[in-house]
Amino acid sequence: MWRDALLVAGKDLRIELRSRVALWQVLPVAVLSLVLYAFALGPVRQTLASAAPGLFWLAVLFSTVLATQRSFAIEAGEGTRDGLRVSGIDPAGVFLGKAAAVAAELAVLQVVLWGAMTLLFGVHVRVVWLALVASFLATIGLATAGTLYGALSAGLRVRETLLPLLVLPVLAPVLLAASRAWSGALTGSVSSGLSWLRVLGPFAVVYLVIGIVLYGPLLETA
Amino acid sequence: MNVGTEAPSLPSRPRWLRVVGVAAVLSTAATVWLGLWVTPPDKVQGNLVRLVYLHPPIAWVALYLAFGLAALSSLLYLWRRTRSLFWDRLAAASVEVGVVFNALTLATGMLWGRPTWGVWWTWDARLTSTALLLVLFLGYLALRRVPAEPEVRARRCAVAALIAFVDVPIVHFSVIWWQTLHQGATVLNANLSPTIHGSMAWTLLLGFIALTLVFVWMVTVRYRIEVLADRTDAEHLEVSLAERWAEGDLDGVPSNGANGGNGANGGNGAGGVLRPPTRVGP
Repeated sequence: MWRDALLVAGKDLRIELRSRVALWQVLPVAVLSLVLYAFALGPVRQTLASAAPGLFWLAVLFSTVLATQRSFAIEAGEGTRDGLRVSGIDPAGVFLGKAAAVAAELAVLQVVLWGAMTLLFGVHVRVVWLALVASFLATIGLATAGTLYGALSAGLRVRETLLPLLVLPVLAPVLLAASRAWSGALTGSVSSGLSWLRVLGPFAVVYLVIGIVLYGPLLETA
Repeated sequence: MNVGTEAPSLPSRPRWLRVVGVAAVLSTAATVWLGLWVTPPDKVQGNLVRLVYLHPPIAWVALYLAFGLAALSSLLYLWRRTRSLFWDRLAAASVEVGVVFNALTLATGMLWGRPTWGVWWTWDARLTSTALLLVLFLGYLALRRVPAEPEVRARRCAVAALIAFVDVPIVHFSVIWWQTLHQGATVLNANLSPTIHGSMAWTLLLGFIALTLVFVWMVTVRYRIEVLADRTDAEHLEVSLAERWAEGDLDGVPSNGANGGNGANGGNGAGGVLRPPTRVGP
């Protein structure tokens, strides 16, 4: 299963490295959204600084939708899904691989957004390890839940409009918990930030397990 | 896969359905009568307390009965030993009824909140998670409307229902923490005053029974509609397939009415290809 996951993740990331869709389309949209949020809230530094963690994670959330859509768009080609299905690769491995590739893209995206947030909103992360742990757990949760719903809506003609409706309410707890945790990391209040890891951790574990169990039946539906 | 075999037979209308329907109407009417005329107004809340006979039973139907039944039947569908379209249709029926009751829960809550708290909406933990739940299961209904073969749709929807259902406790706990870490005590404490007794308690109990009966009746009727819809879909497919094949047959024949124009260029070859060897005829 793990070897299969590595193979699938490697394949997805190699396609991404060659096509650079996430790099040249998803990433700029995420940075742009930070600028647009500033337009919506006004140029007052204090307002922006207090809203920064929420806006950061909102940008990551919407990018997750784009990244998972892209992740399954590359399987939409002639017979690609069937190829993956008959290749003898464990469905759980396919799930882990695709989720890992999405997670890797989201991690790169967060590094860039972190820089953009520091520059645009003038905020600094005081407790770096807390922000990193929260990011790590949130990224796993976003990538696994996103991949599950991506597979669910893959191959449907209405997937562009259906996927956000399905996935955004499910990801709402991640947005809530990750923004609160980052808020703690920005203001230096470790204890309030730490308590939110109790939401992020279980979320990541639950969707990791569900994905491993339910991905097999989902692949059959194509 | 032969589509014709999938047409489900129409289940006969069970006799208990009518009994449940009549009982639902009678008990709802009794709840309304008791709630509006017999029970006294509350000392603190006045006539507003009368919403208490309606709001908790509606929430009970939506959040526990409907979505619980939907999750259970989705699970039973995914489990190979109990896999049957019965569970899929039951899940669909109860989600649809659940969404309606979920919306009613929010509506009755807001009607009560406006005069009591002064606002239609507050970011209370229970309100927020109920609203998210509504959107979660609206997504399920949207997924259901995507055309697909019944088995494919059933598996897809069952997985979606389970993913959504697992999210419910996480959403609930996260918004509770969001509340307690940010604002003061929750405002819903005043909801069901602990001093409820006598006729008020009985009316509330009757409300629960009445709306549970309404739920059972609605889900059963909705299930039958689902069976009929699947049947109609299968029949339509049969009819249009037969029509296409009939067109293919006509192509071989010298021009005949509306088909004449199409058959002019290369019609003979196409007619031969289109004609299926076995499916022609009624």
